[in-house]
Amino acid sequence: MNLTLKIWRQKDANDKGKIVDYQISNVSPDMSFLEMLDVLNSEIITKGEEPVAFDHDCREGICGACSLYINGEAHGPDRLVTTCQLHMRKFKDGDTIFIEPFRAKAFPVIKDLVVDRGAFDRIQHAGGFVSVNTSGNTQDANAIPIEKVNADKAFDAATCIGCGACVASCKNSSAMLFVSAKVSQFALLPQGQVEATDRVLNMVNQMDEEGFGNCTNTGACEVECPKGISLENIARMNREFLTASLKG
Amino acid sequence: MALDSKIPQGPLADKWTNHKNHINLVNPANKRLIDVIIVGTGLAGGSAAATLAELGYNVKAFCFQDSPRRAHSIAAQGGINAAKNYQGDGDSTYRLFYDTVKGGDYRSREANVYRLAEVSANIIDQCVAQGVPFARDYGGLLDNRSFGGVLVSRTFYAKGQTGQQLLLGAYSAMNRQIGRGKIKMYNRHEMLDVVIVDGKARGIITRNLVTGEIERHSAHAVVIGTGGYGNVFFLSTNAMGSNVTAAWKAHKRGAYFANPCYTQIHPTCIPVSGDHQSKLTLMSESLRNDGRIWVPKHKKDVDAIRNKTLKPTQLKEEDRDYYLERRYPAFGNLVPRDVASRAAKERCDAGFGVNATGEAVYLDFASAIQRYGKEQAQIKHLDQNDAALVKKLGQEVVKNKYGNLFQMYEKIVDENPYETPMMIYPAVHYTMGGIWVDYNLQTTVPGLYAIGEANFSDHGANRLGASALMQGLADGYFVLPYTIGDYLSNDIRTGPISTETKEFKEAEQKVKSEIEHLINNNGTKPVDYFHKRLGKIMWNKCGMARNEKELKEAIEDISALRAEFWKDVRVPGTANEFNEELAKAGRVADFLELGELFAKDALVREESAGGHFRDEYQTGEGEAMRRKEFQFVSAWEYKGEPKDAVLHKEELEYKNIEVKERSYK
Repeated sequence: MNLTLKIWRQKDANDKGKIVDYQISNVSPDMSFLEMLDVLNSEIITKGEEPVAFDHDCREGICGACSLYINGEAHGPDRLVTTCQLHMRKFKDGDTIFIEPFRAKAFPVIKDLVVDRGAFDRIQHAGGFVSVNTSGNTQDANAIPIEKVNADKAFDAATCIGCGACVASCKNSSAMLFVSAKVSQFALLPQGQVEATDRVLNMVNQMDEEGFGNCTNTGACEVECPKGISLENIARMNREFLTASLKG
Repeated sequence: MALDSKIPQGPLADKWTNHKNHINLVNPANKRLIDVIIVGTGLAGGSAAATLAELGYNVKAFCFQDSPRRAHSIAAQGGINAAKNYQGDGDSTYRLFYDTVKGGDYRSREANVYRLAEVSANIIDQCVAQGVPFARDYGGLLDNRSFGGVLVSRTFYAKGQTGQQLLLGAYSAMNRQIGRGKIKMYNRHEMLDVVIVDGKARGIITRNLVTGEIERHSAHAVVIGTGGYGNVFFLSTNAMGSNVTAAWKAHKRGAYFANPCYTQIHPTCIPVSGDHQSKLTLMSESLRNDGRIWVPKHKKDVDAIRNKTLKPTQLKEEDRDYYLERRYPAFGNLVPRDVASRAAKERCDAGFGVNATGEAVYLDFASAIQRYGKEQAQIKHLDQNDAALVKKLGQEVVKNKYGNLFQMYEKIVDENPYETPMMIYPAVHYTMGGIWVDYNLQTTVPGLYAIGEANFSDHGANRLGASALMQGLADGYFVLPYTIGDYLSNDIRTGPISTETKEFKEAEQKVKSEIEHLINNNGTKPVDYFHKRLGKIMWNKCGMARNEKELKEAIEDISALRAEFWKDVRVPGTANEFNEELAKAGRVADFLELGELFAKDALVREESAGGHFRDEYQTGEGEAMRRKEFQFVSAWEYKGEPKDAVLHKEELEYKNIEVKERSYK
């Protein structure tokens, strides 16, 4: 395949940035999207120019490092995959592909396609945990049976990889899906009950402080989420938040 | 320096308890005066950082990723072992210990492994208390599955994302301490040297990967938890950024490097598809609970399958060779990884590989789908003879157990594994070798510790499935936090460590001059060019089977490639910016040194054990042949070039387990 790539280039956080065109040929349909970019970078380096910076690590869809807004969609046209799992067989010979960073006020660009998602970490610092010290004296793991349906729902929420596709896809740059996934995981488990009130209030507060927008229930986040995190979590978080606010 | 493993006296089962009862403690008020640096935030580093901060130490944690949550422990799929005996199938601490020592082909330390088995149950309790959502049965209790090399079900899991859930547990424990200010987290920082002051590890030099700034950080002790070095093969199941740099810099500052040649080649990975390939993807060992491995019995069918004139599903039962079930009836498809990998290689070398490159075997779920489908039909009072219905019900069960793995496979290969068998081939996955540590997890440098995959200690020559997560968390949650206190108790009056000393200046200068050299080199080839060539040498000559001639060639080849790298590598951009090529260049430079030591270690080890297989040392049936005279740990001391490294031996003693031929028949 031969492709035209229109890639966002931005030297650093202060640079204005622009789209730059690249041609790439002999792309195999079995390549992953990031392997296609590896080939491009290798050509760029050999020419003596600076390669395109992008975040990536595990390349199997679990670490959440890779991002990329491809032809106007977070993680590109395929569903339930991250960019590293997107394969070139999803494109056709002669295609033009736009590649941009995940954009949001709370995700400033570091370089080219690399953005700073530290805001997500800071929201977790505010309450994304159960306060239990390591001791070797906690009760036996089977002492609290947990209804399978709740255990499974908690697991589904906990599979969020923190990539930020929900924020990038949302017209308001809202982080509700991300935050609600963590709040839901603990809300569904007995271990999370003790701190439930503080958790949801603190995490939502931090989310607002980071400059994420509000949720207007468009559901774009759920569509683009590579892990299929359900909107149901947002509803659950709203309920938790309301209950906590009345208590608080 | 003579190696002292510092194994406590007394009976095996009492060693750890006695040791804990007699080592020095640091009182809570004094812990506030002590700083600890932890490099790497995977299961080992993350759990250690959280626990040490809970205890009251001031922790500085470093990772090269943009968040600790992205460390490669996240990608572990299948599960974590623990001797809970929830299934009542006869499991015990001793059995977990026994299986692990045997699985490691009698090349690990008894006392360390016993301790690992002993704390394994605590790990599950701790993780559940943190809210880790393990799989449960309908009664609400924890579920288990089986892994290779054992005859009990002791593996706890969270679908195919166990590593993710455990790491997020450790990450949440870290987050709590970051929020309290007890952990200072440095994301996107790479450790480039250890600083030794008066013979003790007192700090590190890092590069800020966003700004390029070189920084000095001091502490009373330094802990390396930076994982394994499988990426020396270029293609592996490791993350792209996984590297040996921190461990290698520690080695160059005096930490002995143990058993570098012990590498785990995992039997079930998605085969290589072309030259563009950047990494390999694992299909969890848990799949071997239900998947059956086979190749065609006859060459004519192999040809037909390769020409695509025959589909694997069309091949009759009697024309299939379920070679693991044939060779190892007792363990069948659940033999340990080294055995399964070599058996796949043997069939493919004999010409029975089922894809175009001849390097793939089938992993087939058809019988499991049938079995589960019938079971479900029975439970739901439906017609067990309705083939379509049975298949549908069976597929649902398989989807519930392994759905995410099947989806991963389909996305990469573009075939539906519910309908046609998966194609798999062995790939580099884990390194049992690593920095040598004593029973306290301290390296040969006082104050420098190594935990998790970065050390060598618990898996011998082959790691059993679901034991990596167990070891990472055991080291970080339950071992290091005790043993490091013994060392730090001597530092309560030391006060803060200054970074304005000649040792810090010297180390910083060394780091800066290496970076300048790389940036100003003006070579012609990108870093990946050299990394890929190194990987080919390693795979072809230090891979699943090794011999004297090729190992000697590998040593020459790697040494020559290293010289070429320093002459001709091209690193674009500058040192003072986000520059991934520069970071990669530094990592590959270290791999080029480690690779040679790896080959040298494999050459010296004139036996076959676990993941290390020497063509010259095998039984008549092609099984690994261990040799009594090699019952030792190879610990290498750095002396400049890898060829000058000096070998120290730690003899291994087995008093609680009989060393015998490792058989899975």
